[in-house]
Formats: sequence, C-alpha cells, structure tokens
Amino acid sequence: MEFFRYIAKRILQTIPLLIIVSLISFFIIRLSPVDPLAELRLNPSISQETLNKEIKRLNLDKPIYVQYASWAKSFVKGDLGYTSAGEKVSVKLKERIPNTLLLTIVVIFMTWSVGIPLGIISAYKKETAFDRILTVLSSIGMAIPSFFFAILMLIFAVKTGWFPVGGLTSYNFNEMSFWSKFIDIARHLVLPAFVLFTISLSGLQRQMRANMLEVLDSDYVKFARAKGLSEGKVVFKHALRNAVNPMITLLGFEFAGLLSGAALTEYVFQYPGLGRLILEAVMKSDINLVMASLMMGTIMLIAGNLLADILLMITDPRVRG
Amino acid sequence: MREALKKIFKDKFAFTAFIILALLYIVILFADFIAPYSSAYSDRDMSYAPPSKVYTINEQGKLSFPYTYNYIREYEPSLMQTIYKQDRSKKYFIKPFVNGHLFGVKDGGKLYLLGTDINGRDVFSRLLFGGRVSMTVGFLSLFVVFPIGLLYGGISGYFGGIVDTLMMRFAEAVMAIPSFYLLIILAAILPSGMTSVQRFTLIVVILALIGWAGFARVVRGMVLSIKKEDFVAAEKVMGASNLRIILKHILPQTMSYVIIAMTLSVPSYILAESGLSFLGLGIQQPDASWGNMLKEAQEFTNILYRPWLLTPGILIFIAVLSFNLLGDAVRDYLDPKSKSARS
Repeated sequence: MEFFRYIAKRILQTIPLLIIVSLISFFIIRLSPVDPLAELRLNPSISQETLNKEIKRLNLDKPIYVQYASWAKSFVKGDLGYTSAGEKVSVKLKERIPNTLLLTIVVIFMTWSVGIPLGIISAYKKETAFDRILTVLSSIGMAIPSFFFAILMLIFAVKTGWFPVGGLTSYNFNEMSFWSKFIDIARHLVLPAFVLFTISLSGLQRQMRANMLEVLDSDYVKFARAKGLSEGKVVFKHALRNAVNPMITLLGFEFAGLLSGAALTEYVFQYPGLGRLILEAVMKSDINLVMASLMMGTIMLIAGNLLADILLMITDPRVRG
Repeated sequence: MREALKKIFKDKFAFTAFIILALLYIVILFADFIAPYSSAYSDRDMSYAPPSKVYTINEQGKLSFPYTYNYIREYEPSLMQTIYKQDRSKKYFIKPFVNGHLFGVKDGGKLYLLGTDINGRDVFSRLLFGGRVSMTVGFLSLFVVFPIGLLYGGISGYFGGIVDTLMMRFAEAVMAIPSFYLLIILAAILPSGMTSVQRFTLIVVILALIGWAGFARVVRGMVLSIKKEDFVAAEKVMGASNLRIILKHILPQTMSYVIIAMTLSVPSYILAESGLSFLGLGIQQPDASWGNMLKEAQEFTNILYRPWLLTPGILIFIAVLSFNLLGDAVRDYLDPKSKSARS
C-alpha cells in the first residue's frame, strides 16, 4: 500500500514540473526570429486569405500568454494540433516515439548486459593487465564524439555493404513477411545502436567497477570471507547485490542521456526518431511540433527516472524504509 | 601547489595529456603565424584538392630539402568529374618563414597539408583557427555555469523552506528537459545577422544554460549540511549578512568539489559545441570550428573520397580524451576516495 501511495505521489509531483517545463520551452520558442509561416508566405499560390486563416489558427496575432493558454488547453485535452505543414502532430509523434524508444531500450539492454559483467571483472581483477586495458578502452569510448563515430560507422557500412544505410526499414518493407520485417529492422538498428552502445558502455563499466571496489573493501565482505564462504558466494551473493543498487538510480540518468545522445546519432543515420523530428521542427520554428515533441521527451525522461526509482524500491529494502 | 602538480603528474597518462593540451593551446594561440594560410584565404579554383604530397627524396634518389608539386584541376570526360593531377614541371620547396608564416612555399606554389574544403580553403589552417573556437568555448561556458550554479545552489540551500522548494522545482524542470533538445531550441532562437563575436558569446551562454541546474543541485546539498556547522551560527550571532555568510563562509567550503566538477565537465562542453556546430546551429561559416568543419562530412561522397575532411573529428577526440585523463588525475588527487568513480 505504502508502495502505491509513493508512486501516486511521484506521479502527482510531475504535474507542476511539466507545467514549468512547458512554460520555459514555449517562451523560448516564441523568442525565435524564424517566421513559422515563412514557407507559406513565399509560396505564390497561397493567397493572403489562407495566410490570415493560418495566423488565426495558430493564434499568431494574439499576445504570447494567450497563445500559451490556448496551447495548454488543447494539450490537456489531448489535442496536439497540426504541424506547419498541415499534418497532425499526434500522428507524427506516434510514428517517431516508438522508434526512439526501441533504439534506447535496445541500447540500455546491450550496455547493461555487457557493462555490468565487465565492471565486476575489472574490479575483481583490479590493476591487472585486463583492468588496465579496459580503463584505456573506456577512456577512448568516452572521448569519441557520437556524431563523428556515427560518420565512421557510415563509412564502414558503405565500404563493406554489410549494413543498410539510413532509415529504419527498407523501401520494400511492406511486402515482407513477418520474419523478414524483423530482420530488416534489426539490420537497420545495428549501426545506430552500436554507436550509442559504445559511448554509454564506458561510463557504466567505470561506475560499476567503482561500486564493486567499494563494496569488496567493506567490512561485511571481509566478514563473509573470514567466515570461509566460497569466493563465488562472496562476490555474487554479498558484494554484487550491494554494488548494483546505485546503478539502478543511474539507469534513469542513462535513459535521459540516451534521449539526448540519440538525437545526433539519429541525425547522422537518418533514423526516424524523436530527436531528428524535433531538430527538423526547430529549424522550421514549428511551434506545435516542437512543443509536443519536447513534452514527450520530458515525459519519457521523467517516466524513466520514476521506473528506476520503483525498481530500486523493489531491489533495495533500505529505500522502502 | 607544487606538491599537487607533482602528485597529479606522477600519472603518466595525465602528464602526456597535459603536454598534448599545452601544445594544442600554444598552436592555436599562434595560429596566425603557424598556419600557412590566413583565415580569410580561399581559392575557388581548388575546391576539394587532396593533401599535397611532400617529398624528401628527389628523382635522383638523393635526400633533398622537402618539396611539393602543385595540383592542376582537370575535367575527366570519361568519369564525368573533375580530378586533380600533379604538375611535375615545377618543384616548390617548403621553406621556413615564408611571407610572415612559420613555413610555406614560394609564391605560385600551393601547400595544402590536409587538402582543401569545398571553398578551396586550406583544411590544415582552418583546423588551427577552428581550434581557437572549439578549445575555448567550453572553458568560457564553465566560467558562466559555475558562478550561477554556486550562487543559486547556495541561496537555495541556505534559506531553505519555500525559497528552496521553489528554486529547486525550477532547477528540476530545467533538468527534466532532455538537454540536447533544450540546447537546440535555445540555439535556434539566435537571430541570423549577428557578428561572429556576438554569436560566439551567445553560444557560450547557451551552453551554460544547460549545465547550471545539475551543478546547483549538488551545491545545494552540500550547503544544507555546511550551514548546520557551528561557525555559521557564530557568524550569524556576530551579525554577518546572509549574503556575506553564503559567499565568504559557506561556498568556499565547496571548493574541492567545484574544481573536480569543473575539470571533469570541460569535455562535455567541447562535445556540445561541436555537436551544435555540426548541426549548423552553432558557430557559422565562414568562421571555423571543429564541429562546423565536420558538417561537410555529412555527405557520402565527401566521407568516401575525401577522408581529409574528417580530421577535425580526430582533433576533437584527442582534446576530449586529454581533458578526461587530466580530469581523472585531478579528481584522484583531490578526492582519493572516489578513485575513478564517476564517469
């Protein structure tokens, strides 16, 4: 019961947070000197009448707080409005968000299943050649700019021809059977996922190594050893459990970092995700689209943090308190 | 101070990193002199010329002073594209102190150590000029982030109560926006007709707007525990103003954390600037920055046939790696408990 009350409280807390976020971003975007109707204005076949209608529809003739109020009202009702090109924002988001989530989740799954074991081994074999090599590799992984690495991967893909370049699906995707669809998406995911994986792996491995070192040095592990427990039991039953808990908090941060990091990678690989959508929208000063994708990004980030906290409550009895 | 440097540089990696960074900064400081071409140089007839080949052994097989040949551009009808051929008729020796630059070739000769870009600008020279931007933006942002974060966190933690709640909710809201999304909407509001100095300054400010919130939160946490110490109560009794207590007595206690956080966050600012410029939202042409030079690498033909355009990426990598290694060593020295903990 306590547990559900906590979750409910956390969800309620996000509401003021979202309001502040939307205020901040709305006013920033409206400061933009880019005219959201520039494309229409330059089009000779669009009459002044249509333009006026557009201005009315987007409320561009009213003061900024009225614009915000009308945006907020329709947002709460679930109406995200139309893009400046006339498409429904919700439709656009519906096709982009799952792609970004897919990429992020695949990457988190990969980094955790590789980074945690590597962290444990390097802590356990502290200051051996293996540990040193990993430290050097992780320094390299953290220093390489994601977009530069993505470009290098593109060269690799084009030169070898092993992986398709750009997008998430091939042109004949709709005619494929279920399994070839699956394989097609997987093949498109390999490169962007690999880029993000390499970059977030280093941080995770280092953090896990540091936690593990701290735990291995603690009194209860010494005691467990003194009791004559086998090394396997000491490491997996006593040390690991305590070292993993702080990592779960990190999971939320990692999710946030990936959302941001993915934007550049998505851009280079022409991956149809949220990051690229918001980038295109910002360039065109498409208020509805920017606002909606920004809010979705924020909600995803908050939800990621909340999930991490819930997970932590399940694994760490001290937090439940 | 001397003790500290000695300890930090005992780490071989940190020492190498320090030397590399020092070299980089010296080179960009004297870029006007070291670069063979000025920042305004452009030869429209030589777009995408490959790197000049430098020879040290002449036709007779004897060791010679380094020399190079010019390229001539030709149209190759069978390939339907322009190609560059070496003009073997005239040698150009690379000599020191030519036309007021550190090295170069005689008039009429062209020396493109790393080829040219689409506008026929020397990539090597632009790397040096671009380094000025890329290697300083991060630093300058830090000098905006840290005062803001310190003051914000200090006030919030010191006063507590409703002030603290309101200020922290706002900081959390800023942190809840995926940082790169916030970065691009901020960069997009910059008007286009700005001078490069204005633009540079605003990019510094924008980068700072992203980082302050997280930093302020940590400072607040530290202030919360420091303000319970006796010396703060003593100051209050003596009638010191709140601002004085915060600035003179509480914030200095957070110094070692601040130094660690500063050294560790330089790389992320360098990466953010280059990412922004790579997207075309940061430093604009004709000014160079490593990020906007890489913009040309977005085209397939460029990355496949003109690999010299990728060199800025390698420099970003080297700079960030060096800062990371140096930052790790500084942290290990100031905070030995967290040996290579945080990423």
